[in-house]
Amino acid sequence: MSLLSVQNVGKAFRTYSAEWKRFARWFGLPLKPSEEHWVLRHISFEINSGEAIGFIGQNGAGKSTLLKIITDTMRPSEGKIQVKGRIAAILELGMGFNPELTGRQNVFHAAGLMGFSADQIQQAMQGIEEFAEIGEYFDTPVRTYSSGMQMRVAFAVATAYRPDILIVDEALSVGDAYFQHKSFDRIMQFRREGTTLLIVSHDTNVIKKLCDRAILLNNGVVIKEGVPEQVMDYYNVLIAQKENATIIQNSNGGRTETIAGTGEAVFSNIVLYNSEGKRAKLIKVGEPVELHFTVTVMKSIDSLVLGCGITDRLGQMMFGTNTWHTGQILKNAKEGDVYIYKVAFVANLGIGSYAVHCSLVENHTHMYKNFEWRDGTLIFEVVNVDKEFFVGCMWNKMHFEIEKK
Amino acid sequence: MFGMFRSLWQYRHFVLSSIRNELVSRFARSKLGGLWMIINPLSQVLIYALILSNILSAKLPGIDNKYAYAIYLMAGLLAWNLFSEIISRCLTLFIEQGNLIKKMSFPRITLPAIVIGSCGLNNILLFISMLGIFALLGHQFSLTMLWLIPLTFIVIILALGIGLILGIMNVFLRDIGQAFPIIFQIWFWFTPIVYPENIIPESYRHWLVLNPMYAITNAYHQVLVYNKAPNMDSLINTAAIAVVLALLSLFLFRRASAEMVDVL
Repeated sequence: MSLLSVQNVGKAFRTYSAEWKRFARWFGLPLKPSEEHWVLRHISFEINSGEAIGFIGQNGAGKSTLLKIITDTMRPSEGKIQVKGRIAAILELGMGFNPELTGRQNVFHAAGLMGFSADQIQQAMQGIEEFAEIGEYFDTPVRTYSSGMQMRVAFAVATAYRPDILIVDEALSVGDAYFQHKSFDRIMQFRREGTTLLIVSHDTNVIKKLCDRAILLNNGVVIKEGVPEQVMDYYNVLIAQKENATIIQNSNGGRTETIAGTGEAVFSNIVLYNSEGKRAKLIKVGEPVELHFTVTVMKSIDSLVLGCGITDRLGQMMFGTNTWHTGQILKNAKEGDVYIYKVAFVANLGIGSYAVHCSLVENHTHMYKNFEWRDGTLIFEVVNVDKEFFVGCMWNKMHFEIEKK
Repeated sequence: MFGMFRSLWQYRHFVLSSIRNELVSRFARSKLGGLWMIINPLSQVLIYALILSNILSAKLPGIDNKYAYAIYLMAGLLAWNLFSEIISRCLTLFIEQGNLIKKMSFPRITLPAIVIGSCGLNNILLFISMLGIFALLGHQFSLTMLWLIPLTFIVIILALGIGLILGIMNVFLRDIGQAFPIIFQIWFWFTPIVYPENIIPESYRHWLVLNPMYAITNAYHQVLVYNKAPNMDSLINTAAIAVVLALLSLFLFRRASAEMVDVL
């Protein structure tokens, strides 16, 4: 059996026309609630030990409810959850901290709330104190702490014992930059030791970087599950999606291309030219290149903005902008018009495979009207031909000077 | 039901540290700290004693200590205080701890356990300070006071039963939290605590049997004022009511705790 198995889980919030009906139901009277509001329905997935899963979805998609059900603070209305092992959650750091008590006393209390015995807490106490790194403050009342210090202590307790499943919410940002790194390292260490991570985030990069698999929730159902990059593209499109928009995902040399939009204007051709003006799939580091987008207007529109950018093989945006920001908005595009956008830039990119992301929208964001949206279109390789060896995802000439004293 | 107590045992450390923390935070930044918990009921005794002793002292039968009325008051309030403190805390327990209940996974049964522990502790402190006052007033002590141990248990079980039932319903129907203090006030005055039962007209006195707290305050009076063993018959009735209510409350608790999270 897998570590965590969620089988056909659903959650309904029930309201009754009168509260006595609710009370009567506890005693087994077969009364019907006046309204059932389903926030989760038919959720099923299996998670194995050592995996990292990202949960994504818009606000109100049901992520928090699902996590509450997994952590057993809320009970599902239907379906079954089976968990093997201990779950810890970094959701509500500092829950139940008493401001009048010292950090140490609060640690004792919080670890007790997690179900640990006095002995176990004593054993872990020193580790917690060292990890929090707040010095003498550890023995002063929590009300004298800064919010960052309180977070440090709270994080240290929450992760004092390696859980089998660790749930990490939104903010992986605990305290200052130094502590963020430290807490992140701890999470990564847990993962290496076999802890399964369940990560909830709106941050595309976090999900792409950390997760093996992503689950996209929308209106209480799982609408997509799979490789993070693919799911995140789908998610981005979902945000942009308007009525009558269609989503197509097709495989494009190992990567998935996602096309969506309402279709008032479409890309009819996308070509990448190298510095010699030839169509190219292989680009040299630092080479000046040009992207040509041919756009056909299918229906007259007031305003047209083209956006484009380059994403790496994990789908992370390297750079990108649009014609709204450059002040080149096309007004009153007529049906049948064809425009060619020529975008010139220097490929100061690190070695690897890249894709073009492009969109046709009405305004500066894709939240308003989204005519066409393409992720993972036009794959090209960047190779190092004439530069010295370098590492990283971008190329930048580094000039060294050595002086002897 | 059995699982409930097992998880309570697993979380015993949490319960104990919560009770201790409550005590510690009460003392934090206050000179008298937890003493306020005792000063409050004692000042109540003082007020009643000052205002009512002249009216009522003549009617307290069978005791010749001139402070008899004050002792009588203290005995009754010792019982009532424990009773009312547990109930009023249980009444808002789940609402106040709503955030914790919604966001952390832990056995909910620990919450009422903490209430009982901390109210019980207060009651012991109150009792000790009352003993000191008894000594000052020249009142006799005897081993009959050991009766207080089972009596306290009955009060706790009765209060827990009523408090939990109301506390659970209060989550869904907040009117209960508003209405109960009023009912509680009436209940207090319908129980012979401030006045001796013999001032109630003979023809109405048999109604007292319907009040489960009557048997308890009566027993406290017997033990603390008259140094006599309490009347077992009425006490057993009350104990039976207490156990039935407590079982009912635990049953409700099991049924409702899932739904409570949904509406908190």
